[in-house]
Formats: sequence, C-alpha cells, structure tokens
Amino acid sequence: MSKLIRAVMALAALLAVVLVVAACGDDDDDNGGGAQTNGGAESADLIERDPANSDTRITVGSKNFDEQYILGEIYAQAFEAAGFTVRKQLDLGSEQVAFRALRNGDIDAYPEYTGTALTSFYRVAVDEVPRDRDESFEQLQQELEGDDITAMPQTPFQNTYLVTSTRETAEQFGSPETVTELVEEAGNDVRLSGFPECRQRTDCYLGLRDTYDWTPEFVSSEGQYEDLDNDQADFTMGFSTDGPLSLDRYYTYEDDQELFPPYYVTLLTRNDTVEALGDAGQDVIERVQEPLTEEVMRELNSRVSIDKQTPRRVAADYLREAGFTQ
Amino acid sequence: MSEALLAQAGGGIGCKPAPTDLGTFPDAFDFIAEERESISGGVCIGGPGELFDLASSHMTVSLVALAVAILIAAPVGLWLGHVGRGEFLAVSVSNVGRAVPALALLAFFVAFVGIGFTNVALVLMLLAVPPILTNTYVGMRQVDRETVDAARGVGLSELQIVRRVELPLAIPIIFAGIRLSAVAVVATATIAPLGNVRSLGNPIIEPQTYGLAGQLGAAIVVALITLAVDGSLAALQRALTPRGLRRSLRQLRLQRTYFPIRRRTEVP
Repeated sequence: MSKLIRAVMALAALLAVVLVVAACGDDDDDNGGGAQTNGGAESADLIERDPANSDTRITVGSKNFDEQYILGEIYAQAFEAAGFTVRKQLDLGSEQVAFRALRNGDIDAYPEYTGTALTSFYRVAVDEVPRDRDESFEQLQQELEGDDITAMPQTPFQNTYLVTSTRETAEQFGSPETVTELVEEAGNDVRLSGFPECRQRTDCYLGLRDTYDWTPEFVSSEGQYEDLDNDQADFTMGFSTDGPLSLDRYYTYEDDQELFPPYYVTLLTRNDTVEALGDAGQDVIERVQEPLTEEVMRELNSRVSIDKQTPRRVAADYLREAGFTQ
Repeated sequence: MSEALLAQAGGGIGCKPAPTDLGTFPDAFDFIAEERESISGGVCIGGPGELFDLASSHMTVSLVALAVAILIAAPVGLWLGHVGRGEFLAVSVSNVGRAVPALALLAFFVAFVGIGFTNVALVLMLLAVPPILTNTYVGMRQVDRETVDAARGVGLSELQIVRRVELPLAIPIIFAGIRLSAVAVVATATIAPLGNVRSLGNPIIEPQTYGLAGQLGAAIVVALITLAVDGSLAALQRALTPRGLRRSLRQLRLQRTYFPIRRRTEVP
C-alpha cells in the first residue's frame, strides 16, 4: 500500500518537475525576446562572488508564511552568491517576534511590509499611514532610526489586502470593478471570510465598515480561497500576491477609496550589518528584488502553495531564471 | 459583546491606550485586569469582560466535545473491556487518533460540516476519544479476574458486574483518561477561531490586535482554566472512587512497616 502511494507521489513529483522545467523554458524565451534589452549580455546580471565577503556573517530572518520564506531565501541565497557567510532563521512567527529578534541582534535582516512596520512597531494608526508609496517609506525610515535599523529600498510589488470572490460570484453581481460598486450591488447580506485577526482590525473588516459602509457577515477562517470553493463565504480577504490569484478562477475588487495603506516589502537591516554589507552588498539587495512585480511574486507563491515546491528551491529557481545565478 | 465592541469603535474609543511602560508579565496581567485599546487601534480589547466572553465560548465548545467523547468512548470501552475483546480496535483507534493533528482535521471537515461550531466540536471530540477509550478498556481489563468470577458466582448479571464491580474498580484509570482528554481539549480549543468560533485562542493568534500582552495574558488564562478543570475532575474522581478502594490505598501506606534491624550483641 505505502509502496503504491510512494510510487504515485514520485510520479507526481516527476511530472511537476517536468512541467516546471517546461514553464521555466518559456519564461526564459519571453525574457530574451521582450523586456530584457541586453539579451546577449546575460552575465551582466550575475551576482559576483567576492571572496573578501566570507568574513562577514549575516543572519537572514523571516516570518512564518510562504512569501516570507521565499523572500528570506532569495535574499539569503543572493548574499551567499555574493560570497557572504549566511545563516537562515526563516521561521520567526509574527512580526513582533521577528522585529524583536532583529533589534536584539539575533538576526541581521528580515523582509517586512512597510504598512505593517508602521502600524505594528510604531503604533501609527492605519488611517494616518501615508497612502503614497514613498511617503510611507520615508516615515518608516525616520521611525527606524531610533532603533538603529535601516529600511533597504522597497520591492516593486506590494502585498496588500484585496477583496476577492470567485468569477461566478462576481458575474452574479454584474462584475463590479471596485469595492464601492461591489457594496452597492451586493449589499450587506453576504458572507466575507477572513483570517481571525481581520474582524477587529481597522485596516480590515472594521475599515471596510467605516470606509465603505459595508458590514457583511464575518466568517473567521484561514481557508481563504477554499472558503469560496466550499461555499463557506461569498467573499474573502485575499492578498495581492496570493498564489491562487494566478489562476483564472478568482476575481478581485479594487480598493478605490484607499482603505489599505501601502504594503511594499523592505528588507529591514541592522545598521551595523548595512555597513558590513558595503555598497556591493546593498546593491545585491536592490538588484535581486528588482524583477519582483506582483505577477512574479504571485507566480513564486503559487509554486509553493499550489505546486508544493519548497521555498528554498523556488528562490533558487527565481535567481537562476532572472539571471542572477547560474 | 462583539456588537458592543464594534459599536464602541465607531464613536471614539472608550478605553485607555495600551500601556508602554510595563514589563512583559505585568503587561500581560494588566491585559487580563483592564480593557485597553488594540495594537492596531480602533477597538477595545482585553479586560475581564472580553476574557470572560472568550472563556465561556471556549469552555462551551470544549465541554460539548468532551461530553460527546465520553458518551461515545466510555460505553464502547466498558463493553470491550468487559468482554475482553477488541484490544486491537481500542489501541489502534487511540494511536491513529493521536497521530492526526487537530488543525488538519479542522480544514478537512470543512468540506463535510462547513465552518463553525460543529466543525470545531467534532475535531475536539475526536481528540478526546482516544485517551478515554483506551483508558476505559485498560481500566476494565485490569480488574482482578477472580473478583469478577466471585461476582458471577454470587449470581450477579453481566450488567450488574459491569456496574457494581468492574466500573467502580476501574474508575481511577478511566478518570485518568478523561482528565488527559479534558486538558488536551481545553488547550487545543485555542484553534477554534480558525473555525469561526471565538475562544481564548483569539488573543493568541491575533498579534496585531492583541500584541504580546494579549498572547501571554490569554495563555495564562488558558493555563489556569486547564488546571482548574483538571483539579475539579480529580475531585470528582475521588468522590466516585469506592470508599473501600480509597481506604485500602491509604491503609496500604499506613500499614507499611519497617523491617527491624537488631543490633548485634555479643555472641553467647
């Protein structure tokens, strides 16, 4: 029995590998033909290994969900490629734990979302977080100074909340584009599922109530897209980089009244580590996150959540596909 | 309560801001003692009011699960133990049951019973069944066979033997199983918020609302409740244990005598 299961699993894994390899091939072709102007000089993107870096030890941390694991791995593996001695602490639980570890020096850097950092660490009320990408980032930088931490440049993608439903549900209400239109069409007699915390957060359920005057029945669950598929909820609080959104099945509604603050990723780094990294090390951070658009991050997340690949491998594949490693 | 909280948030916050000058543990106790504003703002959290609400929802789902588990596992265990069959069943159910994590079951049963009270209670019930079943079975089997034969000899029916002889003698071990289950259920009910049931798990899994103080405060309350549940079950067990069995245990200890070591005197 167990042999049979193992055989089936092995076959499935093999199939997944083949598919991914095929998909990777496609990506490479796309890049060569389109966006990348320096098609021939692929090695220009390569991260150069500097043997002198090996004396510098860097501990990269992350919180405990897929995207954080992937980002942690990407930065860690990029540092490794640059020759630094890297340790990973990629399972630090909530931002409170991760930030405390960073301040205590248990870790040297970890990726955090700008909106989260401002509201959770510096008690900035959600309404008061600047809605502009750079303004909120500058405010965070100022706040971090007191803790001797630097916010490295932001990623192109942000991972913010998105009210999401299945395509069928959207069509039922005439496919509204924005949350405002959705509330007009759907009213309050619907169910919205969200992670338990959502219910009492002003940047989640409470915000939807205050900003959009929307009070659907709240279903506390981490099922997200499964809640939609199992008809446990009509809408769910998704995140803009969720893997399942790369499928065609789901429909998202634009936050037209800017309820949600910006949630771009910045690698929070201890000041002494920034110095130790030097210009070359800081450059690695910036370069390695440059291709991370929302579509790319969704794709990477879906490789973990849907294809069940390890974050470590997804990050390694990303670095290779983007031309940072060989 | 939740409506009250929501209404309150609409028109200004009716509670103090979270203190910033307290150490980790004092902050946690302050969270238990008094309402405060949430970390991300906009709602009042903590205090005896909210904690009592959470605790009562927590205990409701726990006790329902435990009661159903006892109703299912105890009769089966009693019967299997009495007839002396089904050891394989009792042990396998127990082992398999312990191997499956509650969180996985919670997600699994959504497809069958949906998200909600039934889902959470079902998961906790499945968690509670194995220790009760196994202990009941073992408790019944360890009753001295000669005692059972003697009971049969004086003309007791099988049902009477179970009720008057085996069950009283097995009570301590059966209760050990129930206590084990109760502690596991009350502690595990912290996952209830993931199935749309409010519990003391809410402060633990909502760091951006409750912060470290809420996590620790709720954990302290859960620990205290668990101890209280275990303690009251222990008292109940003592009350249900036959007096003869209780006394014989105590007497056994009192009657313990020491072997006298005589000082050696001169050899005559």
